[in-house]
Amino acid sequence: MTAIEMKERLVGRALKRREDPKLITGHGNYLDDIKLPGMLHIALVRSPYAHAKIVSIDASKALAMPGVVAVFTGKDMLDINPMPAAWQAAGVKNYPVPPRALAVDKVALVGDPVAMVVAEDRYIARDAADAVEVEYEPLPAVVDARKAVEPGAPQIHEAAPNNIVFEWECGNKAAADAAIASAEVVVKEEIINQRLIPTPMETRGSIARYDATTGEWTVWMTSQAPHVHRLLLTAFVFGVPETKLRCIAPNVGGGFGQKIFCYNDMAFTMWAARKLGRPVKFVEDRSENYKYSTHGRDHITEAELAGTRDGKITGLRVKTWANIGAYFSTVAAGIPTTLYGRIITGVYKIPAAYVHVTGAYTNTAMVDAYRGAGRPEASYLIERMVDRFAAEIGMDPAEVRRKNFIQPEDFPYDNGLGLLPYDSGNYEPALNKALEIAGYAEFRKQQAELRQQGRYLGIGISSYVEICGIAPSAWMGGQGWGAGLWESANVRVHLTGKVVVTTGSLPHGQGLETTFAQIVADELGVPYEDVEVQWGDTQGTPFGYGTYGSRSLAVGGVAIKRSVDKIKEKARKLAAHLLEANEADIVFENGRAYVKGSPDKGKTIGELAAAAAVAYNLPPGMEPFLDETSYYDPPNCTFPFGTHVCIVEVDPETGHVKLLRYIAVDDCGNQINPLIVEGQIHGGIAQGLAQALYEGAVYNEDGQLLTGTLMDYAVPTAAMVPHIETDHTVTPSPVNPLGVKGAGEAGTIASAQCVMNAIIDALAPFGVKHLQMPATPERIWRAIHGK
Amino acid sequence: MIPAPFDYYAPTSLAEALTLLQQHGDDAKILAGGHSLLPAMKLRLASPSVLIDINRVAELRGIKVNGTVEIGAMTTWSAIEQHAALAKACPAMADAVSLIGDIQVRNRGTIGGSLAHADPAADIPAVVLAVDAQIHVEGPNGPRAIAAADFFTDMLSTALEPGEIITSITFNSHGPGESSAYAKFPHPASRYAIVGAAAYVKMENGQVTACRVAITGAGPKAERQPAVEQALIGTDGSADAVAAAAAHAGEGMEMLGDIHASEEYRRAMCKVYAKRALLKAIERAR
Repeated sequence: MTAIEMKERLVGRALKRREDPKLITGHGNYLDDIKLPGMLHIALVRSPYAHAKIVSIDASKALAMPGVVAVFTGKDMLDINPMPAAWQAAGVKNYPVPPRALAVDKVALVGDPVAMVVAEDRYIARDAADAVEVEYEPLPAVVDARKAVEPGAPQIHEAAPNNIVFEWECGNKAAADAAIASAEVVVKEEIINQRLIPTPMETRGSIARYDATTGEWTVWMTSQAPHVHRLLLTAFVFGVPETKLRCIAPNVGGGFGQKIFCYNDMAFTMWAARKLGRPVKFVEDRSENYKYSTHGRDHITEAELAGTRDGKITGLRVKTWANIGAYFSTVAAGIPTTLYGRIITGVYKIPAAYVHVTGAYTNTAMVDAYRGAGRPEASYLIERMVDRFAAEIGMDPAEVRRKNFIQPEDFPYDNGLGLLPYDSGNYEPALNKALEIAGYAEFRKQQAELRQQGRYLGIGISSYVEICGIAPSAWMGGQGWGAGLWESANVRVHLTGKVVVTTGSLPHGQGLETTFAQIVADELGVPYEDVEVQWGDTQGTPFGYGTYGSRSLAVGGVAIKRSVDKIKEKARKLAAHLLEANEADIVFENGRAYVKGSPDKGKTIGELAAAAAVAYNLPPGMEPFLDETSYYDPPNCTFPFGTHVCIVEVDPETGHVKLLRYIAVDDCGNQINPLIVEGQIHGGIAQGLAQALYEGAVYNEDGQLLTGTLMDYAVPTAAMVPHIETDHTVTPSPVNPLGVKGAGEAGTIASAQCVMNAIIDALAPFGVKHLQMPATPERIWRAIHGK
Repeated sequence: MIPAPFDYYAPTSLAEALTLLQQHGDDAKILAGGHSLLPAMKLRLASPSVLIDINRVAELRGIKVNGTVEIGAMTTWSAIEQHAALAKACPAMADAVSLIGDIQVRNRGTIGGSLAHADPAADIPAVVLAVDAQIHVEGPNGPRAIAAADFFTDMLSTALEPGEIITSITFNSHGPGESSAYAKFPHPASRYAIVGAAAYVKMENGQVTACRVAITGAGPKAERQPAVEQALIGTDGSADAVAAAAAHAGEGMEMLGDIHASEEYRRAMCKVYAKRALLKAIERAR
């Protein structure tokens, strides 16, 4: 230890989120808070039919209403291209039919916009939208992915015969077929991962302003990836240089994936702003968000798992129909392929596995990434099948897991499904820890006793692995992704010693402002308060891919660290010059560069920043200012894992489920801020258990969304989420210098099957082997009473 | 999200409100807590051209408990929930109100507004039926009282005449040996009742001498359950007797069915929740 007192490290400390005071006291600046002078408002005329030809549109009554400026239809906007299809299924033919700004000639889902009214205020626009008369010729609709690809199903797009978006496979079919044909035990199940509606607190929208003198737009948007949207809107939709568009994401009120995608409103607000020469705003209401913004999941799967009587899993064969919805959303095809099929075997060494996925168009809202995106579907499937197998052979489900886990010495582990190798893992300690907290052995005794009294308790285990830090570019390019997937960061130390970080990530609830500041304050040795983190405006931040796929720490955070490393290196060189010492003898530590062995002889980072900024005395060839940018493309994804356990009691009279305990042991590598990690885990679990118990988007056969409001679609309230007992193990990632993996989606990926396994365990005395989600009281009551 | 245009009035007296209602007739809607009307307007399922907001009519607010319970029509759920004497005088009311929506809903929603709207899944209709309340209204022809049993005529329909406003609800405080309870199966999203059962019992010398049970949520309107009541009166109110009586719940009732609960399931749950409400009421009455 030197004479200099060590500054207390911030990394690893549970600091409260610095972004929260503003957001939770109503001082955030969200899209709908933005009001520009002369701004016009858009209301859409949306189709009441799921599938229909547009026969005619008569806007004369609307146009006659005072305050209505214009009414446009899809045909007016044929000078711009459809929205881009950025991630297509790898290695196979895709039939992408992305939406246009407004529907042309026909509609393919309820809520498909056929015309837009532009008016002086939102109320006039809405009233006028009702006055637009549209004549439709209804066509038969299909909402179920498996039915959509059957012969004779209604055809939605001419360019996609049989409604097929893609047919994709991974793994070894012959080996899986052989393993199943020769197995001692085969369990087979139809597993439905129901459609969910992401429901961010803030709905989506855009505001566009056009400057006719320069031909430049500024667009404010609810976006998780403004740089990507800038690129897609200019290069692909409008065919103009990307320098003509500045995208700004103000505070974003949650996304859960729904705000990754390039939406039609971004295009039609830009188009209308240019046409009318005034700023235009579109903000969807909740009903519109539910009808038209993307949904998640919606898989129908036939799964077969083969094994031995003594609990070894020998094969897995999976056939999935993935509902893509009415059109191809931006990254829709990557979710049920790369992010699902390639991790289908989860935490287990399964020698023979094969996955076939059919992506299908239906007359429903588009389906794309939703928190977890593919990985919850995969994890749900394997964890249900493993429990189903354990029940079949009469073995403890914890024991079956232990017997089949990938072992610590197997890492880096290639699962044979075309994924990059799992970076690191140690699955059994997390399982053991979760079971120990739950008091597993004791619970089994208690469970048996209570059953005698007519009480039905169950315990569920979910051991998961997921893919975080979605990258690297070269691999993703091979996965059908149409761009790179690195992340950027710029770090500047101003003359005053204040540090400004600009990131290509797009924090929208993850606490990244705090997390990033903790890393920078530690690495540079400056006060936490002196670090400011900025993002969200394509003018002033380096190009970045945005926040999704739990990538912003493992990729974006590392880009920041690398910029800081460059700054430290430059500071060291400058210090050597100023201290007239040999560069090799300068140590940068704790915010100070000093001569090795003479800690009192040194310069603080503030002094060095000032010296670099005024530039009176720099070493030959050194540029002024401490200002460094990094573009970090990691060598691999990261693979967080863990085990969740929950205990439920089922009321046999009504079918109600009471969550008695929920235990989460997660390993996301090194933790920068354990409070934020815990918050992410809590939120993720709330969404996952909601899938198990409450949520499910339901369409009737005509394609009407029956869960079209929050009165019908059951997003859980705080009172419906149990106390969550969190713990962790730490297996640092070898992929990046921070040793971090990511935690944004883990809770969602682990929890649905945890709850379902517990419910099905509770119902074992009634002979229940599987239940579909959500496990509503009625569904459980029917299972118990054989109705 | 955006309602159609409407005119807005905020009278400060009942007389003024009644005059406005008479002036505007069918075009007008009374705005109480607004928790049913405003969402319907925002979704454009309702487009009244005139709103008469009676939140400033002070004479319609307040709770009096004195052998009789009187609750002003514009009394909020939270005022009812926090009234200790009322909870003692009628535990079923306290049970039901504490389960309505969430705190924000209870701070705005009113008992009169809920009764006038007569949502088939509202909680309070079952309670007013079980306590045999009188619903007091005032209209162009002066005041009158309607028995709860006559008030709910069909889905979203009541015995209110055009131009009438509910002013208060009255019923008897529970006396010795009397008690009540409400048991609810909430809808997971809306928190309305998928099935709600309210039960009132009178126990004398270990026997059930009076009983009223009403079910809400299951059918198009809240309904008394005479078969349950008759089967229970004269018994000792034991768990077996209650179960046997509650098995008649839902008899003769039309059931609703939707994606959250089918008709068959609602019918089964009527029996379960009638039983649970009765058991709780009897336990309290003993």
